[in-house]
Amino acid sequence: MNNTPAIEIRDLNFSFNDLPILENINMTIEFGDFAGLVGPNGGGKTTLLKLIMGLYKTQSGTIRLFGQSIKKHRKRIGYVPQYANFNSDFPISVLDTVLQGRLGITRSFVGYGRKDREIAHKVMQETEIQHLAHRSIQALSGGQLQRVLVTRALATEPEILLLDEPTANIDQRSEKDIFDLFKDINQRMTILIISHDIGFVSDYINRVFCLNKTLVCHDASPVTSDTIHALYGDHVSEIHHLHSR
Amino acid sequence: MDFLNTLMTQSFLQNALLGGILASIGCGLTGSFVVVNRIGYMAGGIAHSVLGGMGIAYYLSYDPFIAAIISALLAAVIIGIIKLKWRHQEDTAIGAIWAVGMAIGIIFISKSDGYNVNLMSFLFGNILIISREQLYIMLFMDLITLAFVVLFYKQLIAISFDIEFATVRGVHVNLFYLLLLCLVAITVVLLIQVVGLILVIALLTLPAAIARQYVQSIGAMMLLAVLLGSLFTSSGLYLSYEPDLPAGATIILVAGVVYLLSSLFKSLVASRR
Repeated sequence: MNNTPAIEIRDLNFSFNDLPILENINMTIEFGDFAGLVGPNGGGKTTLLKLIMGLYKTQSGTIRLFGQSIKKHRKRIGYVPQYANFNSDFPISVLDTVLQGRLGITRSFVGYGRKDREIAHKVMQETEIQHLAHRSIQALSGGQLQRVLVTRALATEPEILLLDEPTANIDQRSEKDIFDLFKDINQRMTILIISHDIGFVSDYINRVFCLNKTLVCHDASPVTSDTIHALYGDHVSEIHHLHSR
Repeated sequence: MDFLNTLMTQSFLQNALLGGILASIGCGLTGSFVVVNRIGYMAGGIAHSVLGGMGIAYYLSYDPFIAAIISALLAAVIIGIIKLKWRHQEDTAIGAIWAVGMAIGIIFISKSDGYNVNLMSFLFGNILIISREQLYIMLFMDLITLAFVVLFYKQLIAISFDIEFATVRGVHVNLFYLLLLCLVAITVVLLIQVVGLILVIALLTLPAAIARQYVQSIGAMMLLAVLLGSLFTSSGLYLSYEPDLPAGATIILVAGVVYLLSSLFKSLVASRR
């Protein structure tokens, strides 16, 4: 391991049709971090994630992966999209979904090879969805589909895992199970997770970034009620205490 | 029995039956991607604007078939670029290409001889005059489609399922999206002879849409859609033969009725659960 950060963002600004979405973002995520990106809906969390993956082009400022350009290293990212926006109506099996993680790495020109299947089965075992391998994704519960999407990202054998609200629409027990899984995975890769639930993720993460158009707090700075106010406004600060533990 | 007797002895009916089956192969393969990507409207734009190229070729006495392929591919690329680069105005722009293509075609055909007969066969197809040579061309186009789908199956599935994930994995998503639309263009031309360019979309999407109600993978969807398409074209041909109905329209009606019944059946089963 070297000292180059896994993700480094400097002076980033981004707008859609002159509407500023992100302003003056500076953040650094080191190797092995379990970082949380929290903030209200519409605060730009997903946009920032998509910028990190190069799905949107940066307009000003820089984003570097492992000290170099996004294009060069984005295959080292495993991406778990937001489940709520997902096309879960698609006719495809769990195994075929997980195998898509091998795109861009597989040695087979046509289809996937034996090694891809071995890796797919190995990661399905890790996320405990092997019994669902031949099930259609249309027949899965929210929690099961969420695990499938995480498994697909793991099948890429990534060094950075980016997760967008991986536990939205999931009951609390499954949420805890899935975070315990992330904790294990964090032993071998850097994780950046988006969550709107600041209380829950704080039990797991070692670095937090609070985003509401700009970074309101970052690193291990303690989350005070002032930060919460800056982040969510007055009206939610009391509800917040119910979520925290 | 008249249909079967004629089928045994007359090559035009044999060609028609074979033509329907060859068209069904292309429409099952490509139609499955059209259905899961929900690009029926774009396929419609490609199909209808083909009339522009066919009209010009007809006026200049060139082969309308070659012109159809060229104009379909051109329309596919233009529509694809609109979709990728000009998202806000997408449906308006596709609608404009759709109508302008047809307008060009009608102007050129109106200035040529035999206006009605040929316009009708471009618009509604004429399966009964498919030549042996055309069958070979259809077979060749089926093979191109099949080869493309087999070679790039995983990329096509990936861009249809989750285009952002595919992008991060390094798949050239824009290229494959345009290639998919070119595949639609080829299939549309393949189907024009059978049902005409107005009815193309129904034959492209209905078999695949019915198949989707019963199977859980794109591969199975393609196989079932090919079988259903062959069934619809063959039975439509049979039903239209004795009462002397237009074959293309009868084929589409059969497909439409089966789609309706299948959807009703599916929603009945779902509500019983």
